[in-house]
Order: sequence, then C-alpha cells, then structure tokens
Amino acid sequence: MTDSNKATVTLPTDEQILITREFDAPRHLVFEAFTTPELVRRWWHAKRGEMTVAEIDLRPGGTWRYVMVTDDGTEVGFHGEYREVVPNERVVSTETYEGLPEGVTEEQGTTVNTATFGESNGRTTLTLLVQAPSKETRDAIIASGMEDGLQDALVLLEQVAQSLR
Amino acid sequence: MARAATTTDAFNAVAEPRRRQILDTLAGGERAVNDLVRDLGLAQPQVSKHLRVLREVGAVEMREDGRRRLYRLNAAALKPIHDWVTSYERSWSERFDQLDVVLEELKQREVEGVDGSDG
Repeated sequence: MTDSNKATVTLPTDEQILITREFDAPRHLVFEAFTTPELVRRWWHAKRGEMTVAEIDLRPGGTWRYVMVTDDGTEVGFHGEYREVVPNERVVSTETYEGLPEGVTEEQGTTVNTATFGESNGRTTLTLLVQAPSKETRDAIIASGMEDGLQDALVLLEQVAQSLR
Repeated sequence: MARAATTTDAFNAVAEPRRRQILDTLAGGERAVNDLVRDLGLAQPQVSKHLRVLREVGAVEMREDGRRRLYRLNAAALKPIHDWVTSYERSWSERFDQLDVVLEELKQREVEGVDGSDG
C-alpha cells in the first residue's frame, strides 16, 4: 500500500533529475496543496524543520521563496520565478539555492523545475523534472543528497537490490 | 570535478529502468546473458548493450565459463548510488507523506461542501 505511494527518482539525462509520486486525490487538490502558501508550509519541510517563509506569486514572471529552519537551527532558503502556470496541470519555475558556495554563479546554481499533474481515476501522478544548467550542477545536487552511509564500508547485496526496486 | 564525473557515469548507467531490472535480477546471483534474456523478456542485443554500459561503469563484472559469459553484480560500485537513491527518495517521500495529510483534509473539505449543498 505504501509502496505504490513511494517517490521514485530517475536520471533521464546528464542534466536532469525526475521525481514521480502518485497521490490518492484529484489533481486540482494536489495543485492547490502545491501552490498555496499556508498549505505548502505544512508539507514542504518533510518533518526536518519549520518553514518560516512560503511566498508564492503564482503567475508567469511572479516569484516564490521558501525558507526552512531545520531542527539544528540551520536556515535553508530557495527562491525562483514562475515561467509558466497552467492551473491544475503544469507549473514551470526556476529554483535557486540561497546557500550556494562561493565561486558558483546564480546561473550555475539555478535549475528549471517542471511540475506536471496528471489525473486518472481520481488519482494524481505528480512528476517533478529538475533541469540543471550542467552536469556539474546536477552532480552537486546529487552530492548534497548524500547524507550518511558513505563511510559504511560494508554493503549487503540485499540493500542494493532494495534500492533498485 | 573528477569525483563527480566518475560517479555520475555510474548514476546515469543505473538510472535507465531496464538496467535497473538487470541489476535487480543479478542481485539474486550470477546469471548468463541467456538467463537475463529469458527472465526479462528482452531481445539479446538489447540485454548485451545494457550489460556493456553497466560493465563500463563497474556496476557488473563478467567472467567466461566455456562459451558462456556470466555476469554478476559489483556491490561496491553501486554503493554510492544506493546511498544517494535511498536518501533522496526518502527525503521526497517524507515530504510527500506530509502532503498526503494535507490532501486528506482538502478531500474532506470537498465532501463536506457537497453534503452542505445536498437538499
């Protein structure tokens, strides 16, 4: 039951990350939860902290900004601009991480994200395509997602197999 | 960024759904090409092509046994991918689990709205 609701991640090209997840709700509700500040505040933090800023000006050329304070007190911010908004169907926006390391330009640190909401039998498939400007940026996003575990020298085949399911 | 370049090749190699299937099958043990063709229902040239990509990044290893070529998973090479996919998928899953809670409320609100307008 929870398995069909698992987020799946693939890498369609060198510069892309694709995240897919199915929701047991019609797409106009998923769209609403995705684009309404007071609703975004309630899920975007992934239980890792508290969202202190959720600003959304949902129109082409409008901007957005999310800031979260993690449980250890670290503040992480992201902002961007909407490029395309098709209600209940599609949102294309840029996303820039506000903690870019020195020497990384805003352009290098900005991805173009396309959220697509597809509905079938009252269920919604959300796909999030993250288009990075270069393979290096995509790799940096991947690297930032690697948390612990790398120091763990032993890996069981079962673990690998599970990750590929 | 030499580090990134080498690992990304492996990431890209593994990102392809068919290659994930091959790796999944090999997780159950060493297999000959023909076994994979049969198990996955793919054409042999296709399987061979995917195996070549996986070998290039070290995700699988091959040995010859007479005329047969046997492939097995190289778990150490897949470790970084395992870690990344796991943690990245987990963080998105946690986020979306929260979204599920919000959606349940929105659904409830709609149901109540319909009830209210019922005569």
